[in-house]
Amino acid sequence: MDIVGNVLPQVLKDEATEDKGEMARLQSFVGAIAVADLVKTTLGPKGMDKILKPTGPGQEMTHITVTNDGATILKSMYVENPAAKILIEISKTQDEEVGDGTTTVAVLAGELLREGEKLIQKRIHPQQVIAGWRIARDVALKRLRDISTENDIESQEFHNDLLKIARTTLSSKLITTDRDYFADLCVKAVLRLKGSSNLDYIQIIKIPGGTIRDSYLDDGFILKKQITIGCKRRIENAKILVANTAMDYDKIKIYGTKVKVNSMDKVAEIEAAEKEKMKHKVDKILQYQPTVFVNRQLIYNYPEQLLADSGITVIEHADFEGMERVAAATGAEILSTFDAPERKDQILGFCELIEEIMIGEEKMVKFSGCKKNEACTIVLRGSSIHILDEVDRSIHDVLCVLITTVKNRRVVWGGGNSEMQMAAACDEEAKRVQGKQALAIEAYARALRQLPTIICDNGGYDSAELVQNFKVELEKGNLSYGLNMNDGSIGDMKELGVKECMRVKEQALLAASEAAELIMRVDDIVKCAPRKRERA
Amino acid sequence: MSLAFDDYGRPYIILREQGSKKRMKGLEAYKSNILAAKAIANTLSSSLGPKGMDKMLVSADGDVSVTNDGATIVEKMEIQHPTAKLLVELSQSQDAEIGDGTTGVVVLAGKLLEQALTLLDKGIHPLKISDGFDRACDVAIKHLDQIAEEIDIQQNDHEALIQAACTALGSKVVSKRKRELGKIAVTAVLDVADLTRKDVNLDLIKIQTKTGGSVEDTRLISGILIDKDMSHPQMKKEVTDAKICLLTCPFEPPKPKTKHNINISNAEDYKKLYQQEQQYFVDMVKLVKNSGANIALCQWGFDDEANHLLLQNELPAVRWVSGTDVELIAMATGARIIPRFQEITPQKLGKAGSIREVQFGTSNERMLVIENCQCTKAVTILIRGGSQMIVDEAKRSIHDAICVIRNLIKDNRIVYGGGSAELACALQVLQYADEVSSVEQYAVRSFADALEGIPNCLADNCGLNPITSVAQAKSRQLAEKNPRIGIDCMELGTSDMKEQKIYETLSSKKQQIQLATQVVKMILKIDDVIAPDDY
Repeated sequence: MDIVGNVLPQVLKDEATEDKGEMARLQSFVGAIAVADLVKTTLGPKGMDKILKPTGPGQEMTHITVTNDGATILKSMYVENPAAKILIEISKTQDEEVGDGTTTVAVLAGELLREGEKLIQKRIHPQQVIAGWRIARDVALKRLRDISTENDIESQEFHNDLLKIARTTLSSKLITTDRDYFADLCVKAVLRLKGSSNLDYIQIIKIPGGTIRDSYLDDGFILKKQITIGCKRRIENAKILVANTAMDYDKIKIYGTKVKVNSMDKVAEIEAAEKEKMKHKVDKILQYQPTVFVNRQLIYNYPEQLLADSGITVIEHADFEGMERVAAATGAEILSTFDAPERKDQILGFCELIEEIMIGEEKMVKFSGCKKNEACTIVLRGSSIHILDEVDRSIHDVLCVLITTVKNRRVVWGGGNSEMQMAAACDEEAKRVQGKQALAIEAYARALRQLPTIICDNGGYDSAELVQNFKVELEKGNLSYGLNMNDGSIGDMKELGVKECMRVKEQALLAASEAAELIMRVDDIVKCAPRKRERA
Repeated sequence: MSLAFDDYGRPYIILREQGSKKRMKGLEAYKSNILAAKAIANTLSSSLGPKGMDKMLVSADGDVSVTNDGATIVEKMEIQHPTAKLLVELSQSQDAEIGDGTTGVVVLAGKLLEQALTLLDKGIHPLKISDGFDRACDVAIKHLDQIAEEIDIQQNDHEALIQAACTALGSKVVSKRKRELGKIAVTAVLDVADLTRKDVNLDLIKIQTKTGGSVEDTRLISGILIDKDMSHPQMKKEVTDAKICLLTCPFEPPKPKTKHNINISNAEDYKKLYQQEQQYFVDMVKLVKNSGANIALCQWGFDDEANHLLLQNELPAVRWVSGTDVELIAMATGARIIPRFQEITPQKLGKAGSIREVQFGTSNERMLVIENCQCTKAVTILIRGGSQMIVDEAKRSIHDAICVIRNLIKDNRIVYGGGSAELACALQVLQYADEVSSVEQYAVRSFADALEGIPNCLADNCGLNPITSVAQAKSRQLAEKNPRIGIDCMELGTSDMKEQKIYETLSSKKQQIQLATQVVKMILKIDDVIAPDDY
């Protein structure tokens, strides 16, 4: 302080800390780069997986997760460093927005900051770096959009694009050996949605047992429930009534109601009335003449028996999502009141066959030949629940990417092609820019090139040589070349059929640049005193 | 702790539990207060101007926010020192009154206190200093009025407003897209502004954030966006020519507030009650349907049965709409908020061109957009961005821009930014200082120095040499009699802020100088701080 002998009075609360300038910057760089380094080994087709072990009493050995998915890894980490938190946040957003590229986005932001740190050490002002990055980002984005191609949604080419994208996405996952099989499966599932992007309608059922190869996309729709005992196990040409209504006893909804009786006779009367009420409801349901009755809530044995007696197959306790899917698949309306039997043609769903099937140990209900057929089911098999969980995450990623592609339709070549092209665009731009920003633009290009470099490194190939050769190929005008990770060479992506969704790349680029900029702008970190946890 | 002792060496106890209290008096108290306040100002000073840096704030629960907004920074810093807290309030009152310039006001107060410290060292009495500051402040304010220019906000497609918004957004992380965002803010404000009364009700501008995409994807929706979806998955996702029934009563059996019991003692009553219960829902839905409404928005929940009846009657409905949204929708669509089903009449329905569901990303999140409202007096700005921190900061930035535009609509006088207004005032105050014949002269002169501190700080943050650039600007202002010469922060090659189109509102500048002076005067009047020892 400028006054000698005067100690600065304590301004912040006890335990609160403030770091300024270099210290603050150093802290955020270290944090962000550490996070990026942590996930970067999972990048690319030869990336490795991580084991996540939960903390907390009694959980040490249970519920471990083995995964390759960036968002899953980052989400389950507890970090203290605020900059690291920002990286985790963008990864999460990437997951929500496009579903894939969650590792890429964190790694790219980390690499940008690593380059940024070098520039800061050269005494370039952070704002200058940001100014350069902004130019670079715009140039890169423009190049990315320019190199992307679009096919008509109905065409065979688009269908092939989807298959290729699915294969590319799967190639970095556990099920890479069966990627052709799963790519086909996922594309079919997504096309079943007919342009809708509601992923809830694709149900994934995981049942341990068998091998991954035994997984399949069911041509019908599977509900993970059982048909109630005493009902028919197989119904042809089923008319389905989907309901969300209380079928235990109808509790009185009017507030403050109490039943008070003064004799045993009255109790019997009330009981009879209650039964009567239930029967009345069942009668109303029967007016719709369904052959199958699916309810979200429990069905007590009395109404169940009544329904079964009328030859109606009953499925109870279908969860909310399951019910929505049944409704979507069979074209039924979800009912809660039963006073309009004249509309039954609109209300009832239809499917050709309902039967109880066994997958592994579990009994399920399969609806095939559905009227609307917009929902579908993927059954995953595998030797352990950990594998199944990871396959589930991979399939989820693929489905997200495919849906995004269906919406956006633009595709780019994979194998690091888009990153290298963007980097090349930045390098060209850097030659034309005056001032220190040019250094930042070059840094941006270097950060982009780090992505293919890391992919090579993870595969155990000579990254420096490969990336340089790659650069030369692009310079020669072979614009569809990319890394061939099967044999560690540079190859034509057109022949290899490696494609990626442009939207995923775009979102990763935008989010990573924004996050890097955000962290770069910080020159002061104020940490409040951590809240004291009251011990119960 | 200075204690007085009696003849026997025992201390006089004046305050309760005197031994355990900490007390600072006189010069020591002044200096401690000033240093604490200055510490806050120092932290903020690097955030000033277009090249100012951001602060990363970690809350007690570990949540991270990154911001450039002065009021937000000091609010989240958990400041404990009593005088430093005064600066927090200072920043907040600027935020409440003007909405922008929250960093500037704290920095100015810091500079004033710095000057006061040297004056105190010279042995000038604090009250004299505060008197001098007061007089200087008056002079500065008067001068601001003189150099202010009226601008025509209508001209050239509201270009002036957009420029002013850009000035406010220039220092934020969203500055890359300041022009686009500025335009959005201007359109939003103009849509809801009452130009004849020169008033803007900011409640009509809803700012909704959603992560995903990038800041460029931020858009203005000339309608209302609510973060809800239809109550039943199979309801229609789009309603055109919507007639909206806005309810604040639940689709549930009534719950009278008085405590009551219904006792059922026989089966007859039981059946009756059941029928009555069923009837409630049928009646409710019928009342809504009969009024001609084709969509119902409700502040409360629905019973399953009622929900289905709504579907059956092809009446899309939304439940759990928040109270503020209900009011906003009422204002925009001209709907009356209906508290009881019995009071639904066709006249009370609101009208909108269309209501539809939009979906974001892969996580199946949906929102409802209400567009082409009958009285198009509400707009929504939907902010997108790569992460929660970005959208939060963008929201704060847009709020600042909106406030600036509102202030301009209220009062269309502006001064020029880049430190030029402060410099002009400083020169005027300096001139005035020579006319003061008493001790206050020194204080007045110091006030001028403090004002110069703002351009100084700006230049410093932009990597320019602060002393040379301020000296240059000052001499040019004097030589050319041009109060618009400031610091060329963006290195555009001109120091004339009119050419750079850096506009700031007069009201904001005036408020900054007045508020800062007031707080400094208050701090200077404190000569005794008594606090518990463990504080």
